[in-house]
Amino acid sequence: MSERTVAVLRAGAPTTVQDLGRFGQAHLGVPRSGALDPFAARLVNRLVGNPEEAAVLETTVDGCALRSTAEVTAAVGGAPCPVRVDGRPAAWGAAVRVPAGAVLEVGAAVRGLRSYVAFAGGVAVDPVLGSRSTDLLSGLGPPPLRDGAVLPLGHPAPGGPGPCYGAPPWPGPPDELVLRIRLGPRTDWFTASALRTLTTSAYRVSPAGNRIGLRTEGPALERAHEGELPSEGMVLGAVQVPPDGLPVVFLADHPTTGGYPVIGVVLEDDLAAAAQAVPGTPVRFLARSPRARMPSARVRAPTSRRP
Amino acid sequence: MRHTSGSENTPSDGSLSSPAGGPENARISGAENAPEGGGPCPGEAIKALPVGDNALLLECADGEASAALHAELLRRRRAGELPAVREVVPAARTVLLDGVDDPDRLAALVAGWEIPPLDSRPAAVVELPVHYDGADLAEVAKAWGVRPEEVAEIHSAVEYRVAFCGFAPGFGYLTGLPARYAVPRRATPRTAVPAGSVALAGPYTGVYPRSSPGGWQLIGRTDEVLWDPGREPAALLAPGTRVRFLPRRAEAG
Repeated sequence: MSERTVAVLRAGAPTTVQDLGRFGQAHLGVPRSGALDPFAARLVNRLVGNPEEAAVLETTVDGCALRSTAEVTAAVGGAPCPVRVDGRPAAWGAAVRVPAGAVLEVGAAVRGLRSYVAFAGGVAVDPVLGSRSTDLLSGLGPPPLRDGAVLPLGHPAPGGPGPCYGAPPWPGPPDELVLRIRLGPRTDWFTASALRTLTTSAYRVSPAGNRIGLRTEGPALERAHEGELPSEGMVLGAVQVPPDGLPVVFLADHPTTGGYPVIGVVLEDDLAAAAQAVPGTPVRFLARSPRARMPSARVRAPTSRRP
Repeated sequence: MRHTSGSENTPSDGSLSSPAGGPENARISGAENAPEGGGPCPGEAIKALPVGDNALLLECADGEASAALHAELLRRRRAGELPAVREVVPAARTVLLDGVDDPDRLAALVAGWEIPPLDSRPAAVVELPVHYDGADLAEVAKAWGVRPEEVAEIHSAVEYRVAFCGFAPGFGYLTGLPARYAVPRRATPRTAVPAGSVALAGPYTGVYPRSSPGGWQLIGRTDEVLWDPGREPAALLAPGTRVRFLPRRAEAG
């Protein structure tokens, strides 16, 4: 059987390898990592017949281009973008056949920020601490793609489900990013007016965001008391408020502990949209009552369960 | 499960909290080693703070109490007495439980516990040979009011405990140095601190697992590999691990 690899012709800025994350080691300072838009990552895996935890590529804004050494089934999803195989237009959000030696071109995102590229068999870089994800905070996992790099692909599981057709494509992020937050643990470090400001003001997505956090621009939040909070554990979606008073929403590569107070935590279901919101997108924080379950605003990709 | 590899409930010395009066985070286990720990702590004394829908932050009065809580959580987890929790993250005086199905139920459960003091039985200690020749050694000596040669003696006379990890994989915040030796961070952080640097900030000692920017005061360096993801366990220093620094002459490898 021929070797299954893809060569990186155009790496993108940056494109990383991501699966569903690196869990169980936060106490050692290991961030969780994983696809910022896990719904999209799961969906492209499903489209090519992979288990949902297979490693995919996550692009940022400008896509990437790859040449495959073997015939491979691929799918591009997440942020909508033009897809070409050897220069010919191909489908976005569907399984695409890439012949041996052909170039798969993932164009710049038309809406949203991050497109996902799955290959049947998955990107088979060596896992580090149980995950193939690139961790941009601490440098674990494979480095971001570089021009000329070669990535190994796995073999599709024999008897696997095979490519899936007709999955619902995702239209892209909304024009306004609504982030439902649950207050706490350190809401009492802020004034009542700061809380009002957070939940009633118009914030915007800052261009300074990355896989570690979504940064916002808008009115600063006033602290009720100064001083330093002793370091404490941080979770995905934590809205941390550094000394400049501007909320930062922690995404997958967030540090595991931190000393700035967390005013609230964004619902995990809303974070995929946060990861797709382009700079300048209006942001509204919606405080919600403790643990009252609300239907998700986002269409979830159906998850495939495997034994 | 892979999780507990580096973080077994290492019995620790029962050092008492330092007397009150210092800055807030200097309270954390900053006192001299005491022969025994305090009494059991009722779970009701622990504050449970909400963290999203699937996590819980347990806050204790001080670092000593949160270390005892952390040890008890790991013990109960191993004994199968804890509902499924994906991450148990100790910090200065809190323990974060993340990936929990029903945080309210777990909070109620913890409130009913009696948390025993940290085990004071002797246990394995990680020994780190250190060349005490750090770039900030003179500055630290000045802050302590001692000669530079005495820094090694003072720093290596104490047994440390990894209170928690953070900043980078395998970077431990070690407590045990008496509170009077707390030093501030450098006014200007260095853009690159070499791997293996032994450094001080506030009440903590830390060892940089890899070269990185850093603002702590460098007093020495070790050749031990603090972090290797290909090794089992990857982290030499996990929460709860006890540590001793062994002074080495600069010439004697």
